[in-house]
Amino acid sequence: MSGHTQHIASAKLYWLIWFLLIVGTVITALVATVDLGTYGGIDANTVVALLIATSKASLVVLIFMNVKYTSEKMTRVILIAAVFWLLLLLVLSLTDYSSRFAG
Amino acid sequence: MSDSPLAVEHEARPELRHHFADEEQQRNAASLGMWWFLGTEIMFFGGMFCAYLIYRRWYFPEFAAASRSLDLKVGTFNTVVLICSSLTVVLAVRAAQLGNRKLQVKMLLLTLVFGLSFLGIKTYEWSNKYKEHHIPTFHYNVIGGEGDLVKGHEHLLGVDKVQGDDVKLREREAEIQRHTQVFYSLYFAMTGMHAIHMIIGVGIFGVITWMAHKGQFTPEYHTPLEIAGLYWHFVDIVWIYLFPLLYLIDRKPGA
Repeated sequence: MSGHTQHIASAKLYWLIWFLLIVGTVITALVATVDLGTYGGIDANTVVALLIATSKASLVVLIFMNVKYTSEKMTRVILIAAVFWLLLLLVLSLTDYSSRFAG
Repeated sequence: MSDSPLAVEHEARPELRHHFADEEQQRNAASLGMWWFLGTEIMFFGGMFCAYLIYRRWYFPEFAAASRSLDLKVGTFNTVVLICSSLTVVLAVRAAQLGNRKLQVKMLLLTLVFGLSFLGIKTYEWSNKYKEHHIPTFHYNVIGGEGDLVKGHEHLLGVDKVQGDDVKLREREAEIQRHTQVFYSLYFAMTGMHAIHMIIGVGIFGVITWMAHKGQFTPEYHTPLEIAGLYWHFVDIVWIYLFPLLYLIDRKPGA
């Protein structure tokens, strides 16, 4: 009844995630000094940097923070609600501020 | 009453509080509480990220120039240090799950070393900013001084627009001073708040390490270690976003 329902991930998996996080960090720093161009007014360098950051954050949340394996389903509800709230804040504020003073 | 099966079971496991059915439920409740707190932390940091994004749009050239004054190598290295600390935290939790106390304490001590290293490196970066007069209100200056942001990046002044017009040039210089100051204010607010979280984290992990050393964590019960770990990883994630947003606004050649 006790203990055995707990998921114990392999140390190998943790080291693999660590390796991916380090690689992601180094790539982010290196790619920043290369001009990837601008598409429709959007700077590709920024997009790449944020995509890598989001992949890194997802690995940390899913594996290190155990969201992938937890038996507590409510964890996901809180996580999704919090991220959704954050996106509301950022996206709505930015659309407002970038269109309000236009023209 | 005391010989009911539940009471007997609870007596055999002192770490299990009577209002929980079993260890798993107790563990999940504790971890859910930490997640709930982290949700409020996302809202807290979210406000600063939002302010940052709005000003970055408005003052992009100045933000990019100020961002380039941050040390990319040191920032990257510090990110690596923090990622290593997250690895040692999960390995410590794993060691607790397996009942390996020695490895657990070793990993926790490494976590403290990484955490303190991060703070030390951050202090070094901040002291450089002080020397360059890049701390808002403390003899702040980004033009013509030690931390000159315009030298070598004269296009920031919009030279073609202000050429030969001294008044316009002074106005533009004053504007650069103001706008870069907004960047540095956000930089110090965000990295400072992050550092406060790190200091609290190091304090928490100091206690956790002591508890681990005393042998308080078993494969059945190591909830404090686990939820302290959740907090630590969250602080790591904040930095994962702070790093590209603050250090890498525009590092393209010729920018």
